[in-house]
Amino acid sequence: MFEQLDLTKLILGRLSWEAIPLHEPILIGTFAMVVLGGLALLGALTYYKVWGYLWTDWLTSIDHKKIGIMYIILAIVMLLRGFSDAIMMRAQQAIAFGDSAGFLPPHHYDQIFTAHGVIMIFFVAMPLVTGLMNFVVPLQIGARDVAFPFLNNFSFWMTAGGAILVMASLFVGEFAKTGWLAYPPLSGIIHSPDVGVDYYIWSLQIAGVGTLLSGINLLVTIVKMRAPGMGLMKMPIFTWTSLCTNVLIIAAFPVLTAVLGLLSLDRYAGFNFFTNDFGGNAMMYVNLIWIWGHPEVYILILPAFGVFSEVVSTFSGKRLFGYASMVYATIVITVLSYLVWLHHFFTMGSGASVNSFFGITTMIISIPTGAKIFNWLFTMYRGRIRFEVPMLWTVGFMVTFTIGGMTGVLLAVPPADFVLHNSLFLIAHFHNVIIGGVLFGMMAGITYWFPKAFGYKLDPFWGKCSFWFWFVGFYFAFMPLYVLGLMGVTRRVNHFVDPSLQIWFQIAAFGAVLIALGIASFLIQLVVSYRRREELRDHTGDPWNGRTLEWSTSSPPPNYNFAFTPEVHDGDAWYQMKQRNYLRPAEGFLPIHMPKNTAAGIIIAGLSTLIGFALIWHMYLIAGVGFVALLGATIYHTFNYKRDYYIPVEDVVRTEAERTRLMSSHV
Amino acid sequence: MSAHTNTLANGHHGHHGHDDHGHDHDHDHDDGHEPSTFKGYMTGFVLAVILTVIPFWLVMGKVFEQSSTTALFLMGFAAVQIVVHMVYFLHMNARSEGGWNMLALIFTLVIVAITLAGSIWVMFHLNQNMMPGMMHDMKNMP
Amino acid sequence: MSNTSVHPAADDVHAADNLRFYVPGEHHPQNGTLLGFWLYLMSDCLIFACLFAVYGVVGRSYAAGPSGADLFDLSLVAINTSMLLLSSITFGFAMLEMQRKRLNATLLWLGITGLLGAAFIGLELYEFAHLIHEGATPQRSAFLSAFFALVATHGLHVTFGIVWLIVLMVQLKKHGFIPENRRRMMCLSMFWHFLDVVWIGVFTFVYLMGVLP
Repeated sequence: MFEQLDLTKLILGRLSWEAIPLHEPILIGTFAMVVLGGLALLGALTYYKVWGYLWTDWLTSIDHKKIGIMYIILAIVMLLRGFSDAIMMRAQQAIAFGDSAGFLPPHHYDQIFTAHGVIMIFFVAMPLVTGLMNFVVPLQIGARDVAFPFLNNFSFWMTAGGAILVMASLFVGEFAKTGWLAYPPLSGIIHSPDVGVDYYIWSLQIAGVGTLLSGINLLVTIVKMRAPGMGLMKMPIFTWTSLCTNVLIIAAFPVLTAVLGLLSLDRYAGFNFFTNDFGGNAMMYVNLIWIWGHPEVYILILPAFGVFSEVVSTFSGKRLFGYASMVYATIVITVLSYLVWLHHFFTMGSGASVNSFFGITTMIISIPTGAKIFNWLFTMYRGRIRFEVPMLWTVGFMVTFTIGGMTGVLLAVPPADFVLHNSLFLIAHFHNVIIGGVLFGMMAGITYWFPKAFGYKLDPFWGKCSFWFWFVGFYFAFMPLYVLGLMGVTRRVNHFVDPSLQIWFQIAAFGAVLIALGIASFLIQLVVSYRRREELRDHTGDPWNGRTLEWSTSSPPPNYNFAFTPEVHDGDAWYQMKQRNYLRPAEGFLPIHMPKNTAAGIIIAGLSTLIGFALIWHMYLIAGVGFVALLGATIYHTFNYKRDYYIPVEDVVRTEAERTRLMSSHV
Repeated sequence: MSAHTNTLANGHHGHHGHDDHGHDHDHDHDDGHEPSTFKGYMTGFVLAVILTVIPFWLVMGKVFEQSSTTALFLMGFAAVQIVVHMVYFLHMNARSEGGWNMLALIFTLVIVAITLAGSIWVMFHLNQNMMPGMMHDMKNMP
Repeated sequence: MSNTSVHPAADDVHAADNLRFYVPGEHHPQNGTLLGFWLYLMSDCLIFACLFAVYGVVGRSYAAGPSGADLFDLSLVAINTSMLLLSSITFGFAMLEMQRKRLNATLLWLGITGLLGAAFIGLELYEFAHLIHEGATPQRSAFLSAFFALVATHGLHVTFGIVWLIVLMVQLKKHGFIPENRRRMMCLSMFWHFLDVVWIGVFTFVYLMGVLP
């Protein structure tokens, strides 16, 4: 009468001890290192008794500056993981010729290239960009925080939750073997029945919610919270690019959510969207995912363009050339980015008329970017250029990104793409623009705004080391790939037969080693700068002779950013204030209305991550209970109406007086 | 110390859990919000009913011979009813939120149009070239 | 670097040529909740656009199974549509009562809206159960997968709307028409009407056009 209720199956789903990859030495070694490192870190935190401080001041913080910093820390940690994947691939491809099979069999190699792509795009580039925008934009527009501070905290933890799931896949189960976009039918339930694609789906869905909410948050912030007098055409150019980036985020990420949702319906419930039979159409997945995918790469690059505009202007000592045309170029790029997506699958067979249309639009979209490069060059022309480290990254970008852009225009020609699609030429092209554009931009931005965030500059010597290693390393690592691609070598291959190709892969591996040194230099830079922080201290808040409002605050700014909301009369507001001998007020301070910290974000995001993990392993009971808890926690949070407080005027007085003292003692 | 005793007093006043105190003047910021009226809602409702009944009648009554004619009318009525909802129920106008609501709506509609038209155009060509067995199904596509 | 210094007598708020660079009083930025929620609705619109696009592409891929003409009961759909449309007007009445600051009337109309919404969901679940019983499961064909995904996503949104409505009713009872609750009512209003807009698309493109030969 009673069926034996398999309790283990009900609670644990398909999770079992076999999920732990005991037979993979590389993974066990990594796991050991992570555990040891993790224990050391936890031990240090406990020894220095900072748990309380971390919880109240950072993890539950709704301060946009702290959240921005946490995003960037997450990105740097994930960069180490994503780069380890890269260096393993380079090593494998350098040695796996003929009889030598290398050390990474296909089922392992496939997970590595998939994880590398997913991590670099979603958990390195996106958090870097989001973190920088979060930190800088409210300061640049004269606001005290973003429009929805709680949502901001929640968005960060959702991104972190996605990252946690990806990292968990290393040690519990496995990751997807489908490439970073997981095309069906390979990613369908028949050909990928294991947990890998499910890890992929849920980590991206969770992180995607965080990103979408962040997009809405920053857009409303820019629209509604600008200082009086700051009309749209008086905004700093980085704020403009952030505005357009967040428009792209809001208009693109829902598509990713929908497509991954459809894929999960196929996998979990046997639906037939992308199956080979019952009327499914796998090509539709490719179509939809690239409708998201192309705007995504513009989401990554536009903030970098914004950074470069700020850096070029500041370090040339000149107003940005052609501000209006920069704004229009950014808007044009935003709109056009929705009209080019098919160039990612010219070879799928849509025919001449469709391919020509998208080939032409792809070529058109390169024009506004070209206009930007000219504007930067004209800004530098006859300026008094200071080659501080951010400027080095910028000049490196201008050379490197231009090359990458040109190979992009070559790929935009459909007949050329028929030869080059999915070859190493393509790999070289997108790394060219992502490293030369996004990464160089983020390094420039981090170096530029680091003193604002932490109160001291980064050590210039190690910054230059990092730059040169990255720059030279990039060329060694990827120029051979252009050659290989033109010769017909395909991507995502872990073993080769033709020995004449090997030298190119060895050169590329050498480039990867140089980049590793670049990353190491950056980490050393962080340590050395911290130790030398008193020498590198920024006392005035304006270490670079900047032009925009963030430089009017102290370094770091007080949590309320501005004691008085600024009033703006011109673009380059801070520059104008300095020109007019602006006097910082010393009295008349008022209590300041600020939002409170809250644990709701980390709790709700934590529950979401738990539900994701449960769904991956088919632990449906836990997922169901988790979902009820999630709903309960969210509803409970909405009953909290007391979310703000006033900073007492005495605190403001004290903070401002302290700054006055600091500035006058270091004149 | 300073002559700003008034402001200090205000500060203390706002100190204890008066969370909404600072929000009272949000009413001033409700730009573009004219009050809704019964007349507005009823007009919208009656229009919506008419614009729903007619399409249902066109299909259930098999009024037109050609499917494509019916389809055209259906799409037309749907478009008009959506506008009715936007204007009478959602109070869509070019002034709310300083014009940003309208701008966001227009941008979204453009992207929706590109997604729908683009996908159908692309998929039609892909299917035609790569899935010949589906041809006769695609003939029924609008 | 910067050449600011601190001037002891801050009564003179203006710099040399009478430009003021800071606001001396309290400055509260405009509240962004309504714009933010509208933007969220726009993103939701895009999710539905994707589902409509998918339906547009595979909506006739019957895989030799049942088609819309075989399955759809248009009179049931008509009843459902009227439930949702009625619920839109009853929500409108709730908003009018809120304008007149009548709490109990507002709660009454909200309750009726919720019931109408629940009736909509109930009828939809009945329709789904019937289809599945007939063998027209979402696994049967791409057309049915697209149908169920689109209609059920809309239904899920309505369900969340009902949950939100109940929570808001409790909060209105507890705190009355404070500004925060007014904002929440406006957001729920936008949400509810938006779902009705999406339903126009559903009944037109899925049901009515689906039965056309």
